[in-house]
Amino acid sequence: MRFFKKPWLLASAMLVLVFAVFLSGCGGKGAKSAQTEASTSGSGAANQEGSTAPAPENRELILSTTTSTQDSGLLDVLIPLFEKNTGYRVKPIAVGTGQALAMGEKGDADVMLVHAPESEMALVEKGAAINRQLVMHNDFIIVGPASDPAGIRNAQDSVDAFKAIAEKQALFVSRGDDSGTNKKELEIWKKAGIEKPEGKWYQSTGQGMGATLDVASEKAAYTLTDRGTYLAKKEKLQLEILKEGDPSLLNIYHVMQTNPDYVKKTNPNAARMINAEGAKAFVDFMVDEKTQKIIGEFGKDKFGQPLFFPDAGKDESSLGK
Amino acid sequence: MRVIFLDTVFEGLEKAFVLIFSLDREVLSITIFTLKITGTATIISIAIALPLALLLTLRDFPGRRFIISLANLGMGLPPTVVGLWVSLMLWRSGPFGKLGIMYTPAAMVIAQTVISTPIILALSTAALQQIDKKLRWHIMALGATPLQMLFLMLKEARYSLMAAIMAGFGGAISEVGASMMVGGNIQGYTRVLTTAIVLETSRGHFDMALALSFILILLAYAATLWLTLLQQRRYRNVYY
Repeated sequence: MRFFKKPWLLASAMLVLVFAVFLSGCGGKGAKSAQTEASTSGSGAANQEGSTAPAPENRELILSTTTSTQDSGLLDVLIPLFEKNTGYRVKPIAVGTGQALAMGEKGDADVMLVHAPESEMALVEKGAAINRQLVMHNDFIIVGPASDPAGIRNAQDSVDAFKAIAEKQALFVSRGDDSGTNKKELEIWKKAGIEKPEGKWYQSTGQGMGATLDVASEKAAYTLTDRGTYLAKKEKLQLEILKEGDPSLLNIYHVMQTNPDYVKKTNPNAARMINAEGAKAFVDFMVDEKTQKIIGEFGKDKFGQPLFFPDAGKDESSLGK
Repeated sequence: MRVIFLDTVFEGLEKAFVLIFSLDREVLSITIFTLKITGTATIISIAIALPLALLLTLRDFPGRRFIISLANLGMGLPPTVVGLWVSLMLWRSGPFGKLGIMYTPAAMVIAQTVISTPIILALSTAALQQIDKKLRWHIMALGATPLQMLFLMLKEARYSLMAAIMAGFGGAISEVGASMMVGGNIQGYTRVLTTAIVLETSRGHFDMALALSFILILLAYAATLWLTLLQQRRYRNVYY
């Protein structure tokens, strides 16, 4: 056997063989798991008394959302439940709020779960988003080194705290990624009379909340963060909560659908692919009483306090009072 | 600070061992999925790059140098740039949106193929061009058919070609930007080792992230080791 005397030939042949197995395994498994998935979701629906959830025609649903919902682990709890109840298959795409909203506007996503009320309203007014519903809130906190060089512990509110940081030129790390958190931060700077914070003391990471907290911790800097991400990473950070409980620090989440009629004007092809039925089902699911209860319980076992407060049906202006 | 760092690394090491040797289902499926995606992309890249490399070596035609320069440029193509371009193409609002393959494994294979093809093309063209021209004349003079000629050339450059393929594989398996953008990092569907590492890190699960990073390094090392052993075997044969 000349073949076996040529190690490189043998090795190459084995490589091809391995890849071939992978490839065939890929197709076979994919089809199989899709089948079992369909059958389990079918039986799951049948088991639920009263709720008749026939397998939807278009099963795929793209949810554009923010990194905070994914990083906290909330989506890992809610999405399997939604899939089981309705038979849809959700693709959660966790990106910055800026991209999440843009994906909805262009019709690249079916439904959005985001937390930047002003930008959301802009989409609703344009007609790009419909069926906007209040889901929940958590709050932002200002964290920083325990030494608190700008003395913001004694500040009256978040605006005062930001003023003090700017006056003392104390190091502040911003996400600078156009995310909901970043937008909130810029909003507070504006209220503090600083149109565009800049200078050596103001640094922008352009990264997600988790990474930005790491940077702030390393540099002993202040930053604005959502409570959930901070709690989840608290042990690994040398940062303390220095300012909290201010109504203007609320982080309010809404869910809303992409409007196929709006997308149709610019891109009929994309509009045809929007899964409006699935999007509506997801909005209904998020404001459903049972889901709201799960949201309110989420995180209690791990952190001793909930990460999100369910708000469906409430008036947005009544929150935090 | 140093103590915290060491704690994290040791915790990560410990957890990595537990996860790898207990054959944790999540870790195992992410690893296998990563190999499938990158393996498929590499095979497609080979199918595109090798014939093209032979053509670039054996034929002189207008635009030949231009193609080679493009391949060399493509070797340094940043994966995030590829991710952005492929995203714009495959989003529903893009020209190929109708296919509906954005946020699927297929989209990831496309992106990784775009990343690894120029690497394999550039390196294998260089490898084939290094074969002595006189050897080619000899082979032709001995009356070889064109097909035999191609086979002999591939055989002559086999070690360099395998290094080229491994470089393409390595480039694709280690990139994160494109996979994140076109795959969406969906659990149990499009999550590969690199995107899982990014997610676990931002979640603050450094132990899990470290465990996954050890597996990724292990895979990369296994590929490199295999190649090195093959190449060294040749040298040992020479000195016998």
